[in-house]
Amino acid sequence: MSIVGKGKRAIQGAAQSVMKKAVELAPDSLLPGGRPDPLIRRQHGQIGRPVSRVDGPLKVRGAAPFAAEVALEGMVYAALAHSTIAKGRILTIDAGRAEAAPGVVLVMTHRNAPRLAPPPRFLSAAKAAAGDDVPVMQDDRVRWNGEPVALVLAETQEQADHARSLIRITYAEEPAATSLATAGAHEVGTFMGEPLSAKIGDAEAAFAAAPHKVDAVYRTPPHNHNALEPHAATLVWRDGALFVHDATQAVAHTAWSLARIFGLEEDQVHVSSPYVGGGFGGKTLWQHQILAAAAARLADRPVRIALSREGVYRVVGGRSPTEQRVALGADADGRLTAIIHRGVTPKTPHSAMPEPFILPTQSAYAAKTIALEVRTCDLDLVANTFMRAPGEAVGTVALECAMDELAEQLGLDPIELRLRNEPETDPVSGRPFSSRNLAVAYRLGAQRFGWDRRNPVPRSRREGEWLVGMGCATATYPYHRMPGGAARITLDAGGARIDVAAHEMGMGTATAQAQIAADRLGLPLEAVTVRYGDSSLPGVILAGGSQQTASVGLSVMMAHRELVGELLKLAGNDSPLAGLGAEEVESADAGLRKLDDPGRFESYASILGRAGRGELVVEGSAPMPLETMHWSMHSHGAMFCEARVNAVTGETRVSRFLGSFDCGRIVNPKTAASQFRGGIIMGLGLALMEETQVDGRTGRIMNRTLADYHLPVHLDVPEIDVIWTDIPDPHTPMGARGIGEIGITGTGAAVANAVYNATGRRVRDFPITLDKLL
Amino acid sequence: MTPFSYLRAADADTALQLAGVHARHPGAGHPGVEHPAAKYLGGGTNLVDLMRETIERPGTLVDVTGLSDRIAETGDANGNRGLLIGAAVRNTALAEHRLVRQRYPMLSRAIVSGASPQIRNMATVAGNILQRTRCAYFYDRAGSRCNKREPGQGCDAIDGFNRMHAILGASPACVATHPSDLCVALAALDATVHLSGADGERRLPFTELHRLPGDEPGRDTALEPGDLITAVELPALPLAANSAYRKVRDRSSYAFALVSVAAALSVENGTVTDVRLALGGVAHKPWRALTAEQALRGQPATEAAFRAAAAAELAAAQPLRDNGFKIELAQRTIVAVLGELAGHDRTGDGA
Amino acid sequence: MSIAVNGSAVKPPDDPRVSLLDLLRETLHLSGTKKGCDQGACGACTVLLDGQRVLSCLTLAVQCEGRSVTTVEGLGADGALHPLQHAFIEHDGFQCGYCTPGQICSAVGMIGELRRGVPSHVTADLAAGAIPHSREELRERMSGNLCRCGAHNGIIDAIAETYAETTHAEAAE
Repeated sequence: MSIVGKGKRAIQGAAQSVMKKAVELAPDSLLPGGRPDPLIRRQHGQIGRPVSRVDGPLKVRGAAPFAAEVALEGMVYAALAHSTIAKGRILTIDAGRAEAAPGVVLVMTHRNAPRLAPPPRFLSAAKAAAGDDVPVMQDDRVRWNGEPVALVLAETQEQADHARSLIRITYAEEPAATSLATAGAHEVGTFMGEPLSAKIGDAEAAFAAAPHKVDAVYRTPPHNHNALEPHAATLVWRDGALFVHDATQAVAHTAWSLARIFGLEEDQVHVSSPYVGGGFGGKTLWQHQILAAAAARLADRPVRIALSREGVYRVVGGRSPTEQRVALGADADGRLTAIIHRGVTPKTPHSAMPEPFILPTQSAYAAKTIALEVRTCDLDLVANTFMRAPGEAVGTVALECAMDELAEQLGLDPIELRLRNEPETDPVSGRPFSSRNLAVAYRLGAQRFGWDRRNPVPRSRREGEWLVGMGCATATYPYHRMPGGAARITLDAGGARIDVAAHEMGMGTATAQAQIAADRLGLPLEAVTVRYGDSSLPGVILAGGSQQTASVGLSVMMAHRELVGELLKLAGNDSPLAGLGAEEVESADAGLRKLDDPGRFESYASILGRAGRGELVVEGSAPMPLETMHWSMHSHGAMFCEARVNAVTGETRVSRFLGSFDCGRIVNPKTAASQFRGGIIMGLGLALMEETQVDGRTGRIMNRTLADYHLPVHLDVPEIDVIWTDIPDPHTPMGARGIGEIGITGTGAAVANAVYNATGRRVRDFPITLDKLL
Repeated sequence: MTPFSYLRAADADTALQLAGVHARHPGAGHPGVEHPAAKYLGGGTNLVDLMRETIERPGTLVDVTGLSDRIAETGDANGNRGLLIGAAVRNTALAEHRLVRQRYPMLSRAIVSGASPQIRNMATVAGNILQRTRCAYFYDRAGSRCNKREPGQGCDAIDGFNRMHAILGASPACVATHPSDLCVALAALDATVHLSGADGERRLPFTELHRLPGDEPGRDTALEPGDLITAVELPALPLAANSAYRKVRDRSSYAFALVSVAAALSVENGTVTDVRLALGGVAHKPWRALTAEQALRGQPATEAAFRAAAAAELAAAQPLRDNGFKIELAQRTIVAVLGELAGHDRTGDGA
Repeated sequence: MSIAVNGSAVKPPDDPRVSLLDLLRETLHLSGTKKGCDQGACGACTVLLDGQRVLSCLTLAVQCEGRSVTTVEGLGADGALHPLQHAFIEHDGFQCGYCTPGQICSAVGMIGELRRGVPSHVTADLAAGAIPHSREELRERMSGNLCRCGAHNGIIDAIAETYAETTHAEAAE
């Protein structure tokens, strides 16, 4: 970075810290969430009901059209050729046989690709959507093994695939860094503009002096999202504008980013993505959409690009590996005197973040001294990216295993150790917690799971060949709300439609938001529809960070405020509501009524009818998310696992699992339970089987199939019990906090701790495959 | 996929003819195969995938799923009853067959521990036998070296990810394993393969069908170009009624074996009178454990004897970077399976 | 000879490379059958071929001449949902919905195998005529269908409920 750049960053940093201080000290009432959302008090509404998914009938019939299922007139099919070296230059490309193959419309390489601006990489701008900022097929450089180097368009997929296999490319290879051993210097990583480090007191000295201590290194491997739907886009240029049917968790970001890349106005790109076959952080902007759009422009034909499963591994990054040292010092009572959590995780020169594994430790325990640090180095690989609970998923593995190790050393129950170290305020930021009920979650969970039946002595329970053990761990994920939330309400005599550029990848967004809007507007559920997944709708709402519930919820709240004001204006002097201000009324029974005098009521239909209006359209925007700078806002969970390890073969089977969550108010118990379970099951994969195998010699991913990259199958998944405190967070919309990611946190450690209790073997190198238990 | 023409055969003679295989005159030196690029297609569960990866690029596909899908009882004058299994019998049909479950339970067990139900409904017996290794470097035509795929190219697995690879019978040229479960049982059961080819009809002991890689890893089997498997025959084998198959893998279902054990055991008065033992996931071919069998016959049916036999079988094992655990795992699994067949209590140690 | 897809006669493709899956999705626009891996590793493309569940991605369309294919679009009668489809909604047996048609078709085929007495990896007694509809049996038999969202519990609940009460007579339909 230049001196000017450094100076700029310092000034911005100073301004930021002044701002942060001001927000911390501001009175609650001035902040979003400062006054509790009235819906928190509301009983007997739609919120809290186990409503079945509104998109269910479509999905069980296979009738929901995903991105690769939209048919366009005259469409051609794309196939990608990938580089086979990690770094270097393309010397020759022989595309002659491919160009002459039947059905081929175009072979695009860096030699004929249109000139494009580099993709805006995540966090580099408000609406940046790309996993990396590598120029896309613009030069002869190769930056990772598997980078797209040619694209074929043909009349059928079979023809495109065949022609792709005929392309011959030679390279001038250059030395590449493809493993930690070959990486360059390590430096402190930054995440969201903040350095990934924290220091409270002298942790090394406190640790050295502690009477009880654990000091261990934990390793987690790379992971891939492996959504069942491979990335795909079907797109067309019309009159200089680009229309994209995409599979994305960021419609607005993708439209803006594509506009930047192709030199267009933002409104010249339209991204539609109503159905997404799983995302988990991976369904953002990667090279395939850009390449397909470029090829479509060159060939002047609509294009479908559906990545092969291998293509997903080659083009879309996943979670980086980590090597984490956790050192815990405690006094004789089990009170932590030192927490040291530091380690290294590689990234790529062109990716947006190092895996921030210290995040869960920042607000975990009331230690007197704390030292946290993520160091990172650059490797020549496909850009690593966000994957379900980035940071927390793997950070809790190390921290919560170490807590288990410390509990054993102290002869304390692992739950008791955790409760003894519950902080009053956030140990690093010093901010008050908005709502923290981890102890309640532990109590409820332990009781239901039968924790008291656990024998603390490892290897003390055996059933035939199977050694049986129990373990627990804390799950945690922050409340996020990103800037940019907005929503539109269209009200007519029959009900309301909510328009919001949010996403439904299976989280239940469409269903939960319909429930919330129904309560917000005082309408029956059937009278509310939610339109989402389209960049033409209001809002910049990433389906990430478990923030959609809050972001959309608050946006609709703000739009509703506008709506009430407009309705009161329309109601005029002839209404029972005459003279009332927006603060004096609430929505109920498909109309407005006075808060303390429900008899003063007029229905929406009546107001609109008298005003001669068919419909009323209002839009609202969410304020900046200052609440997260004022309170420490986190969800928690107490995770319980019973694992069985085969004494002969070392195979591990999880026989029981329970997650007890404190995530604020639960909007829809049915879809929420599925979200919790889904996270936990991905956590079981992380614990026992998932690993992306990157060949350190070549930087090439070798297990690039779902036969070789193991996801849990049905037989690996026991019945998973999920319960929750349902205690509303007074400072969040609806009292809810997001729940999409927390399930994967804590799970890996709970499994590892159960395996330890079963066998007496402490595995610190994940996944826990059978060879580590022989 | 590389373009090909698709033909369908209802019987073996037609299949050979469509594949361009002509009867070879005795003593004639020239090959009797017109189109070496022809391939027989069974359920397609492996071949179609390999064609999509352009590892297999046949010019002609001869669909042989129309060949016999019968499972017939055979018998000789002495009343020994075996089974003749048509090449096109689907895996599920074989696993669920009453006589297979009664007389060769290890075969049923082996089949249902393989792949997924959908794949077992598709895959034929002959196709399962002729499936190719799942070595990731073999599959990665674009980016990895493999002597099996391209003779002389080199092997990227020997110093790469080789957790799934061979510990027995490998060569410097190839460390791949044969992925089948069904074949491990067939190797243990003294099966015979019925073949039809340029040399007419012939039979081959199943254990001689698959090869060790040596310096010709490109050849998985002893088959000549154009050879067609028409049936598999199981001999009468009374001890197989007391048989088992145990598969150890990285997840509880739908994964290839790290190690598998097929065993049949006969014990009289505490002494092993006869035994069949084969291992999967450890070699380039289904591994018939003759050394262990020999060590066991006449020995007391004790855990110690099982342990010694397993150790003898694995004595020649050569681990690679990632698969050393298979040596211990294979021995433990052998001991556990034999113990179960001998009626021992299910105990074990380690872990 | 034609292929019967959900009861309608369909001409096999001229290009023998076309998989049954691509015939369904690209030619017939029956995109309910999903492509999750195109290599037999995920089960999303499961359809019923002559009543047996198979993977349409590894089936060449030309191999289906003279045979009958049922896809998720052909399960319900007269536009109504199949009972299993109802149960998937009720038990939240899906999230993103991408693996769902494959799970449903697989379950329909699976229940036929279970009633026929086809043993599975977890069947304790190979000689037993009737196999219990235990959760473990259902889980093993559905293991060829991956789900990344983690709807496994709901899927098994839906299958268990749908087929718990039905009799052998209904199974014969």
